[in-house]
Amino acid sequence: MPHDGHDHLSSSGHPFRKDNDTPLTYWQLMEISVRELMITKGEFSANEINKQIEIMDARTPANGSVLVARAWTDPDFKKRLLNNGAEAARELGFDIGPMHLIAVENTEYIHNLIVCTLCSCYPRNLLGFPPDWYKTKEYRSRAVKEPRSVLEEFGLDLPAEINLRVHDSTADMRYIVLPMRPKWTHEMNGDDLARLISRDSMIGTSIIDSNP
Amino acid sequence: MNERKPGQSWHDMGGSSFGEVPKEDHDFAIWEKRVDALLVLSSAKGHFTVDGLRRALEDMGESAFENMTYYERWISAINQNLIEAGVYTIQELGDKMVEVKQRGQTYGSAQGSEV
Amino acid sequence: MTIAAGTSIKIKKTSQPGHIRTPYYIRGKTGVIERSLGEFKNPEQLAYSLPSSLYELYRVRFKMSELWDRDIENPNDTVEAEVFAHWIEEYNNAT
Repeated sequence: MPHDGHDHLSSSGHPFRKDNDTPLTYWQLMEISVRELMITKGEFSANEINKQIEIMDARTPANGSVLVARAWTDPDFKKRLLNNGAEAARELGFDIGPMHLIAVENTEYIHNLIVCTLCSCYPRNLLGFPPDWYKTKEYRSRAVKEPRSVLEEFGLDLPAEINLRVHDSTADMRYIVLPMRPKWTHEMNGDDLARLISRDSMIGTSIIDSNP
Repeated sequence: MNERKPGQSWHDMGGSSFGEVPKEDHDFAIWEKRVDALLVLSSAKGHFTVDGLRRALEDMGESAFENMTYYERWISAINQNLIEAGVYTIQELGDKMVEVKQRGQTYGSAQGSEV
Repeated sequence: MTIAAGTSIKIKKTSQPGHIRTPYYIRGKTGVIERSLGEFKNPEQLAYSLPSSLYELYRVRFKMSELWDRDIENPNDTVEAEVFAHWIEEYNNAT
């Protein structure tokens, strides 16, 4: 059975919630009931549910960091990534299923920000679950109208000379931001570089620090 | 603050102004991960698509968004789609819920033994 | 026929109910085709378990100054959204 709460931190870096001892809620009751009905009817097995949970648990922002770090160190790979993000992810061995992925590049003149105003579409098959804030009405409503103000709340002040491009995931595409590589990292290897690349930098609400 | 034009659905939020973005984040409980897995496997079986999930979420209305958590809304929407697809009946669901509830008062005691 | 990247287009302005993936804030607005994404099934059909043909899907770029009337942070900032061909009202390929 998938691990659900004995370590202090989960793989996503957040504390586990200890829910098994809490009073059963109506919607938890429904989850158990629907799952068991589906198993009884032979739609899938308990093992398949557990396997799918493991697959999603293994999808974390670290996957995206590896993709970005490789693009930073391998210009040909970067071209392929910008041309077809999904194929580039599969090239590195990531199983992203049928997801379509577009990588958008931050430059000296362009900063990119990703949102789904209509729901919460996110490149989950690569990066795992989105942060809670990404799904809030506050983020979804303001990211396409006052994105600079939103970025300020995340501690990112964009100079007026930089063009901000907001991408609204309204259909089948999913997006990852390719952050700019700071000059001070020029001697670092792929693994060390990947550690610098945060989930939020791949959504566009932060950048990699220009100072070490 | 959130001026909706006539005919603009509540979920179509781009351009409204709902205030400062709350930064809190949480890891997912096992029941939430199971809801997520239910969606993936049910749609893989062809009973409905993620479009059906979204449609059901939208039809639940704005008060559901305000008063239910993300995965509470998802299990409600998944169930809606499975009922519409005829995978199980409303009666079967009701009987199963009674059966599960009798196992115990916590999530831990109510979840099946085959987990 | 696929609309070429760079073409100026206008989004339909209707406000019917139903599962629609064309956000309200771009309806009736003018933007530029950033690229064609190929053909996909129509969410308006799939959401109701109805069969669907394939429709061309485009990424369309809009300037903030086009989208909003006031309190614009930076008029040259842009929003890019994916829009299905049947929501594109008018265009002229011979630009």
